[in-house]
Amino acid sequence: MSEKNSVPFNSTPEQEKQLMEVIKKHHDQPGGLMPTLQEAQGIYGYLPIEVQSKIADGLGVSLSEVFGVATFYSQFSLTPKGKHKISVCLGTACYVKGSDKVLEAVEQKLGIKSGECTEDGMFSIDSCRCVGACGLAPVMLVDEDVYGKLTAKEVGKILDSYN
Amino acid sequence: MTIEKLNEIKAARADIVRVRTIVAEEGEKLAKETQYRKQILVCGGTGCTSSGSMKILETLNAELKAQGIEDEILVVRTGCFGLCSLGPIVIVYPEGSFYAQATPEGVKRIVDEHLLKGEVCKDLLYKETVKDDGSIISLYETNFYKKQKRIALRNCGVIDPENIDEYIATEGYQALYKVLDSMTPDQVAQEVLDSGLRGRGGAGFPTGRKWMFTKDAPGDVKYVACNADEGDPGAFMDRSILEGDPHAIIEAMSIAAYTVGAQKGFVYVRAEYPVAVHRLQIAIDQAREYGLLGENIFGKGFNFDIEIRLGAGAFVCGEETALLTSIEGNRGEPRPRPPFPAVKGLFGKPTLLNNVETYANIAQIIRHGASWYNSIGTETSKGTKVFALGGKITNVGLVEIPMGTTLREIIEEIGGGIPNGKKFKAAQTGGPSGGCIPAEHIDTPIDYESLAKLGSMMGSGGLIVMDEDNCMVDVSKFYLEFTVDESCGKCTPCRIGTRKLHQLLEKITKGKATMADLDLIDDLANHMKSSSLCALGQSAPNPVLSTLHYFKDEYIAHIEGKCCPSGVCKDLLQYEIIEDKCKGCTLCARNCPAKAITGTVKQPHVIDQEKCIKCGVCMGNCKFGAIIKK
Repeated sequence: MSEKNSVPFNSTPEQEKQLMEVIKKHHDQPGGLMPTLQEAQGIYGYLPIEVQSKIADGLGVSLSEVFGVATFYSQFSLTPKGKHKISVCLGTACYVKGSDKVLEAVEQKLGIKSGECTEDGMFSIDSCRCVGACGLAPVMLVDEDVYGKLTAKEVGKILDSYN
Repeated sequence: MTIEKLNEIKAARADIVRVRTIVAEEGEKLAKETQYRKQILVCGGTGCTSSGSMKILETLNAELKAQGIEDEILVVRTGCFGLCSLGPIVIVYPEGSFYAQATPEGVKRIVDEHLLKGEVCKDLLYKETVKDDGSIISLYETNFYKKQKRIALRNCGVIDPENIDEYIATEGYQALYKVLDSMTPDQVAQEVLDSGLRGRGGAGFPTGRKWMFTKDAPGDVKYVACNADEGDPGAFMDRSILEGDPHAIIEAMSIAAYTVGAQKGFVYVRAEYPVAVHRLQIAIDQAREYGLLGENIFGKGFNFDIEIRLGAGAFVCGEETALLTSIEGNRGEPRPRPPFPAVKGLFGKPTLLNNVETYANIAQIIRHGASWYNSIGTETSKGTKVFALGGKITNVGLVEIPMGTTLREIIEEIGGGIPNGKKFKAAQTGGPSGGCIPAEHIDTPIDYESLAKLGSMMGSGGLIVMDEDNCMVDVSKFYLEFTVDESCGKCTPCRIGTRKLHQLLEKITKGKATMADLDLIDDLANHMKSSSLCALGQSAPNPVLSTLHYFKDEYIAHIEGKCCPSGVCKDLLQYEIIEDKCKGCTLCARNCPAKAITGTVKQPHVIDQEKCIKCGVCMGNCKFGAIIKK
């Protein structure tokens, strides 16, 4: 919980209401914690401790259990992500075709490392393991947009188009 | 749903779907008997969607409407055709014209010239389908398809996965009716056992045996589950099946549930596969609507329903006990076996767990019989296997081959060889749990035993091809980095062992290792193999051991020669400018992100090795080939 979290947690009444509905929906479902966390992250974009706490209370499990699950899976994030989420595939097919160089170019361009978010909150970078578009290797995702057969050179122009 | 109703739906749609699976001449005749004179198939798999096939689909629909021919042409969005590197793929039937890398402009021409005037746009076709004399061959006659045998993938790229009628038209749900109507659970399990089908998730356990264990386990409540947590990076077989033929999985799980006595099924699928999840959900909803899931299916008193559970990005959840723990809502850590899931699985109940591709074979085994299935393949490995061909190969994509096909046939014939005139170095199978097969073993037939003998494994089906530019030490470091990340931390040999092994490899790629480190690697690897809790830790050393076995000279070159023969490991290479070739154009200096290159215009430039970050941008930019890497 010592995450470098500079952004204070904010929750609108609308988000709060949605969260309560999600908790209610999964309350009696066996193994309902994972889907609850997934949908909660869909509402807030990440899983701050305040949200985990509400989920623990709502589902009647301990906070440590919620925290344990939230930190186990790479898809759950305890810190906020950028407005645009960049994801560079480091799956084998992309790696052997040089996706590490693409990631380096993204990091250089934005001045942050993988796993971090730019100060203005515009971009965050993550690496992922295989999106399954191996025919287009190396692949980068910006939000839902897929950029394939990339070279490090093309990265700058692509990111500029999101500014 | 009744069998009469099922056959009615089948009859109404069968000819339309059949046009897509037969040779052109017959297809032309058949097409005339249907309401559509032409059918256009657009690939909607993840690969083609990523390269813009939805835009193609939009343009196509708009164009057909504009021409007023939308009623005579059927547009079908299918699952994966397999040849992902040529996407977006568009196919026109009954001719079987194979348009590759389609663009919106190209689609307009296809409508204009091909559909309206009947003139095939030859220049837009996949070039291998246009022969020297100008005649055209169909998709199925290309090198990529010729040697394949499609069982698990039979409907991928043929039917519309979001339309249950198209699945029914290809004999869908007939196998389920057959088992409910005329087979006992014992007979079904025996049939699956006799077919020789083995688990396609990688380990190769006989599927029929698993079914029998779960069937015979005591308990009123049992579950069936489907492992669609395809975590092996570079593998996308299961995703393609779910995207292209989701009903095949639903039907197979229903048959399995009847056999073992379960009423509830779970599909655990990676959240990274949104298209697959979406199509599977549609398929489940349609099956419920038709009464093919739910209560009293086919009026035979059999109840069954399926729920999708999403993974959240943990490779270890592909391991069966970890997967079940994750469905239960916990951290996906594996449990010791025994007890096996067949006895004590999900929520402590007997559970049958098979992988997607395994299930994709089931309905056909039931319909055609065990002896049909076990006539394909080798002595110990029956049937076919789907591979995701990736890496340095011309035809990146999905292929299904009979067991026993050689690696050479896959790489050179189906895969079209290595691009850019490079030399084949090794093929990696089994992902982070597997190993590399070097060029000298390229004639090995693909089956469970042969691959294991070479120190690799069948794995789930990722097959990554590497050429002379790939450094084998770097590749094994890559896999270890992966297992370090993905080790769940429950047992020490895996948690600490993978980290230690990774450090040793790092030392080698930095040129700081000694020969004694190789012995240490060997020792550590053997300890991990024998004492890790689950297959992740037990198999994590495989990529290192197999490369160390076949490419020891590369390891030695890094350690003793302090050089990386493939020019990959940054700490061991240098970029230099050849004075004679440099024209002083300044392009390299302007592009260098580290400002490490200096020189005046029209004079040879120099790289400051202290400042150089070895990114290779200069070499990529130089138009005179004046920059070398050594």
